[in-house]
Amino acid sequence: MIALLLILVPVIGGLIALFIKNETTVKGFALLVSIITLLLALAGVYSNSSSQLHYDISWMPDLGSRITLGLDGVSKILVLLTAISLPIIITATYKNTYPGAGKFYGLMFLCQAGMLGVFLSMDVLLFYFFWELALIPAYFLCSIWGGEKRIQVTFKFFVYTFVGSLLMLVSILFIYFKTPDHSFAMQSFYHVKLSASQAQWMFWLFFIALAIKMPVFPFHTWQPDTYEQAPTAVTMLLSGVMVKMGVFAVIRWLLPIFPQASQNNSSIIIIFAVIGMLYASLIAIRQDDMKRLIAYSSIAHVGLMCAALFSNQQVGMQGVIIQMFNHGIVIIGLWIVADAIEKQLGTRKFSELGGLAQKAPTLAILFVVLCLANVALPLTNAFVGEFLMFNGLFLYNPVIAGIALIAIILAAVYTLNMIQKIFYGNTVALTENAHDSSFNINAALVILVIVVIVLGIYPQPMLNLAQQGANLFITKIP
Amino acid sequence: MLVYLVPLFPLLGFLLNGLFRKSLSKSIVGIIGSGAILASFIVSCILFFDVKSGGALQVQPLFQFINISSFKIDFAFQVDQLSALFLLIITGVGFLIHVYSTSYMHDEKNEHFARYFSYLNLFVFSMLFLVLGANYVIMFIGWEGVGLCSYLLIGYWFKNDNYNYAAKKAFVMNRIGDVGFLLGIFWLLSKLGTANYNDVFANVHQLSSTDITGITVLLFIGAIGKSAQIPLYTWLPDAMAGPTPVSALIHAATMVTAGIYMVARSNALYSLSAVAENLVAIVGIATALLAATIAIKQNDIKKVLAYSTVSQLGYMFLGLGVGAYTGSVFHVMTHAFFKALLFLGAGSVIHALHNQQDMRYMGGLRKYLPVTHITFLAGCLAISGIPPFSGFFSKDEILAAAYANHHEVYWALGVVGAGMTAFYMFRLYATTFLGEFRGTEEQKNHLHESPLAITIPLLILALLAVVGGFVNVPGVFGGNSSLHQFLAPVLKTENVPELTSSKDFMLMGVSVGVAILGIVIALAKYIRKPELNEPQGLGKVVANKWYVDEIYNTLIVNPLSYLGAFFKNVIEKSGIDGFVNGVGTFIQYSSRRLRLVQNGKVGTYILLMVFSVVVLFVVFWNQTNIIDFFQKIF
Amino acid sequence: MPIQYYIILAAALFCIGVVGVLIRRNAIIVFMCIELMLNSVNLMLVAFSKMHYALGNATNKGEPINIGTDAQLFVFFIMVVAAAEVSVGLAIIVMMYRNVHSTDVNFLNRLKN
Repeated sequence: MIALLLILVPVIGGLIALFIKNETTVKGFALLVSIITLLLALAGVYSNSSSQLHYDISWMPDLGSRITLGLDGVSKILVLLTAISLPIIITATYKNTYPGAGKFYGLMFLCQAGMLGVFLSMDVLLFYFFWELALIPAYFLCSIWGGEKRIQVTFKFFVYTFVGSLLMLVSILFIYFKTPDHSFAMQSFYHVKLSASQAQWMFWLFFIALAIKMPVFPFHTWQPDTYEQAPTAVTMLLSGVMVKMGVFAVIRWLLPIFPQASQNNSSIIIIFAVIGMLYASLIAIRQDDMKRLIAYSSIAHVGLMCAALFSNQQVGMQGVIIQMFNHGIVIIGLWIVADAIEKQLGTRKFSELGGLAQKAPTLAILFVVLCLANVALPLTNAFVGEFLMFNGLFLYNPVIAGIALIAIILAAVYTLNMIQKIFYGNTVALTENAHDSSFNINAALVILVIVVIVLGIYPQPMLNLAQQGANLFITKIP
Repeated sequence: MLVYLVPLFPLLGFLLNGLFRKSLSKSIVGIIGSGAILASFIVSCILFFDVKSGGALQVQPLFQFINISSFKIDFAFQVDQLSALFLLIITGVGFLIHVYSTSYMHDEKNEHFARYFSYLNLFVFSMLFLVLGANYVIMFIGWEGVGLCSYLLIGYWFKNDNYNYAAKKAFVMNRIGDVGFLLGIFWLLSKLGTANYNDVFANVHQLSSTDITGITVLLFIGAIGKSAQIPLYTWLPDAMAGPTPVSALIHAATMVTAGIYMVARSNALYSLSAVAENLVAIVGIATALLAATIAIKQNDIKKVLAYSTVSQLGYMFLGLGVGAYTGSVFHVMTHAFFKALLFLGAGSVIHALHNQQDMRYMGGLRKYLPVTHITFLAGCLAISGIPPFSGFFSKDEILAAAYANHHEVYWALGVVGAGMTAFYMFRLYATTFLGEFRGTEEQKNHLHESPLAITIPLLILALLAVVGGFVNVPGVFGGNSSLHQFLAPVLKTENVPELTSSKDFMLMGVSVGVAILGIVIALAKYIRKPELNEPQGLGKVVANKWYVDEIYNTLIVNPLSYLGAFFKNVIEKSGIDGFVNGVGTFIQYSSRRLRLVQNGKVGTYILLMVFSVVVLFVVFWNQTNIIDFFQKIF
Repeated sequence: MPIQYYIILAAALFCIGVVGVLIRRNAIIVFMCIELMLNSVNLMLVAFSKMHYALGNATNKGEPINIGTDAQLFVFFIMVVAAAEVSVGLAIIVMMYRNVHSTDVNFLNRLKN
């Protein structure tokens, strides 16, 4: 029941929000709906009763597809992330104004519902349905409320991800026809028998869709542009949660359906992921735009997740699962700061900023903590995830792990660069009259920082949830 | 459970000072900051005497940090002889530095004063974490923690971009070492499934010799970064950008000794790998000599001390490499005393001269700063290894061990290094305290001895630097090497053959003689005529630190930076995005071409229709071949 | 006469019709070529109908049968459709000539837009 409500609440809330005209009302309403969703998600995380966590009803019997929703270890973590992110995003951007705010928040909720659906569905067709449902509101959000170049950038984003989705659909349909009982249910897909060459082809069709979403080098070029042009609230949603859909789908669908093919292709994928990490890190070092830097940093981190996923080690898998959550938390925080700076000073260029720490000490401290989490310093949440992921990668191949670890050195370089150029040094003309961040931004950041530190010191609850997930899936891999 | 109090106090101090930095007055901030360290010092003393009387203390884990199916890492502390000794050094010297700071930093704004003390407490907290951890992962937490704190403190005056650059450099170079450390931990975990010291050292025999060599070398890379050895030493001199007490803290009590602690802690592993031991010794002696040459030509009072730290750390690694673990730990202790003393003394000088750090504008300060002068002299004698000052005992132990283990070359090089140490220290001493004052008139009028909060720590440290060596008087002087006996349960693999006492005296005689020679030359050369001109020739190369920073920039930093720019401007824009957009352009182009087929003439349409019918017929007739083809593909 | 002769003749007529439609530009000739194709199909239908009748007779030993009659039915349908088509088509051509003073089909390329 909780599983169904988790989707219904944002859908209904979103549909209602579409028709609210008054901006203040819709903001209050949005906060309310998002908090209800968060409470539901918390209830789901703490609940153990299978009747609460699973929902199953006939949908399209002729096709063999049912509405099957379920919360297990992995989806609990991601549902929690999705549910946490919206109230924080809404709080942090509370003072931003949007023309047609009702539609904006309505689409945000529809997007959230789509993502929750992706994490909850246990039926491939339903999964595909939600996958697209999450994409379409995101498209409208970016193309209506985005920056100057929004039309072409959003078009690129849409075509990119949509091409991927179609490849995935081809693969899904092919496997569907190969299932013995012609069903879209998760278990039928897990038990499908494919010849080696069929599995190979279908694996790549499926993987490219997910690689575009994650995104993994060299399918990443939509990401910096989109993050730069999208309204920041949407960017937070995209980078905090939506890219996790790709990683999640690898764990939920790709690895169990194609155990052998994943193993056969792991080396090439890991190599590309590691190249991508270094490549994105080096580009990040040379960035002058805060948003683009964060985007490239995200590409580097996701590259590590991808590499650890295919390292075929339980440690790495567990690391990925908790890192999905941790990365989401950290990167949303970074976007909040980027937005606060851009809204106040009208620029994101490092060359035009400097010395902000004197004028906005609170923002500086919170930002530094988040940056430290971004470089995976111990006692921040990201350390545990990266430690486990690198450990998995090390077990796969020590040399590759050594090369991948260079990325954490580079991460330190670009992250500290960013702190230095924005907050340290002397004030420049633009930052001369800057003031500290407002209460709502501080509140959102403080919550994130608390999560960062608490999960950094005591990650065991997350690890237990991840263990459930990793146990389930690692056993599928021969 | 008493042990958990030790890091708790500095943590509380950090939180209180950090969160209420705007509302607390300076005196309260100082009391909280220093009091927190004093409290942990008292607890450390209790622990130390517990350990001394009752052997190693077993400590219960606080909670499980990472518990997954393949390994379990507890959030656990461990107190034994080694960590108890380090606790005393960290909290004891740390406390003195805190007290000193209350006066030294008094000109800072209220808010920044509190920020400074909160960072300082966090620094001590991280270092305590490092030495108290019962496994390598907890050690790594402290390990990165001190890296972070050094970053925060070196960049404490964040308005200055050069300081920020130095801070960043420190963090990044430490990170390079940390990568090696992490890989070492992964290797351990993959082979033994545990990172607990006790379990690892009990199961060393399960590791193959390749494993041991690999693990120890990787861990040593971590130590190189943290303890500023070749090739990762350049951050430490740059770290002088921070306030002087911070330099004292980094160089004496915390941070740089972490590498020594780690290798000494892992002696069970290192003693099994000859490759790693040789590497440690070679890196140690090479660093000791290289840093000493650079120190000779520096004019910044703090830079000289910084390079002397790098050099002394090299000695400690030499000791570790030749199996004299106690000697190294002993040198850590005495070095903590005299190096803290020297830095704080230098701080007192800088304070008196209103932030003048260049020795060429000092001189003759003996008259004006008597307490600073006398304590500084004690520190110089100690570091130069003049008996009976503390540095003599510890340095001699390392050199004697090198000789006894048939590394005569290392011994000889070590003695040369000792001579250089004495030379540059007394060059510093002579230029600063002797001769005539060379600063401005205005500075001269304001010259005064520092307040009590500065001089009392100096006096205490001077006392320690003088007598600190007596805790481990070797057998030849009728002592009983009590530190050896104390540390024996931890440093089980200590390997120093006994030398005959006549040989021992001869070795000491040589090294002391060389040191005295260095002192005499330095005094003779610099009392009357300090070096005021820019050096030429080889001197210039040395004064510019052998251009190592420039070499690193040319070979590593700039190429990477250009590569990043190349990726950003070329590959990303024209390569990948070019391809992606190329697909789009191609489709647009081909649709423009294809559109021309729709020319509106019925004839063309019918022609196409006829062609299609023909094609379909052909396909139909070859159905089986085509299906075969597709099956081959899939 | 073997059935192949009819098939070849019909195919030849059909091809003449197709080629005529494709290459001639005069609407009336195109129109006549379409008729030619229709009639080649008619010829085909009649020929096969006759063949099936003969085959059926041979197997059924003289009993009355009606095999192949539906093909002849189709022929009538086609003839009716062709007649209707002629009446409409010629009318269109006449209207076209009145409007543009030409019966050239390529002249009418407004389908393009």
